[in-house]
Amino acid sequence: MINKMKVVVPALSKNEGFCRSLVAAFCVELSPTIEEVNDIKTAVSEAVTNAIVHGYEGQNGDIVIEAELYNDSVKISVTDFGQGIENIDEAMQPFFTTKPEEERSGMGFTVMQTFMNDIDVVSEKGKGTTVTMTKYFGRVNART
Amino acid sequence: MTINFKLRGNNLEVFLFGELDESVAVKTRETLNYLIDTYSFSAMVLDLKGVNFLDSTGMGVVLGRYKKLRRLGRGLFLRNVNAQVDKVFATCGLYDIVEKQY
Repeated sequence: MINKMKVVVPALSKNEGFCRSLVAAFCVELSPTIEEVNDIKTAVSEAVTNAIVHGYEGQNGDIVIEAELYNDSVKISVTDFGQGIENIDEAMQPFFTTKPEEERSGMGFTVMQTFMNDIDVVSEKGKGTTVTMTKYFGRVNART
Repeated sequence: MTINFKLRGNNLEVFLFGELDESVAVKTRETLNYLIDTYSFSAMVLDLKGVNFLDSTGMGVVLGRYKKLRRLGRGLFLRNVNAQVDKVFATCGLYDIVEKQY
């Protein structure tokens, strides 16, 4: 590991732009392509949105963003201490959403899976959720 | 998010500027709905030249407007989609139903 960072923000949607820009800036020393930077920003935005909308359902809470930089990759984790995901496999299905009435697309996890190389979700009901994602630089995404 | 618009022929051209994510989704949806409900036009052309970031929440706003317009017998076209937004739209399958206009 060549660098690491950790930031805690309240679960407010106005922090989404800050979080994705922060993680993107953290990766700059690896000279990522514009597409790689955009992929990371998009995936972080999806994870933070999930924490706000589903983890806390608009209630107060903290979101922890951690990132570790390696020679060829970045590992990013987004953690909330909200209600947790009942069924992770179901939640990760394309178009699955618990909130269709809000025009939620149900594509958040699909975007994370497509834009990043690895994704791991750990969740416990009533305790919260951690989404950990890895992006390798200079590599073509297997899923795109 | 800033939204400008102009009526051109039978179309309503709408220009979005900013980053379309959760923080502006509701406001953007309401503004677009207002335009749809207020003006008479046959198709909405959504010009995204000024949108430098959009995630699946933003995609949901666009898809929702497509559905609303379709119910009214009107169309939706997308224009000036940048690479980041394009990848999100493609991943979400939006182009299966909404046309990109060049």
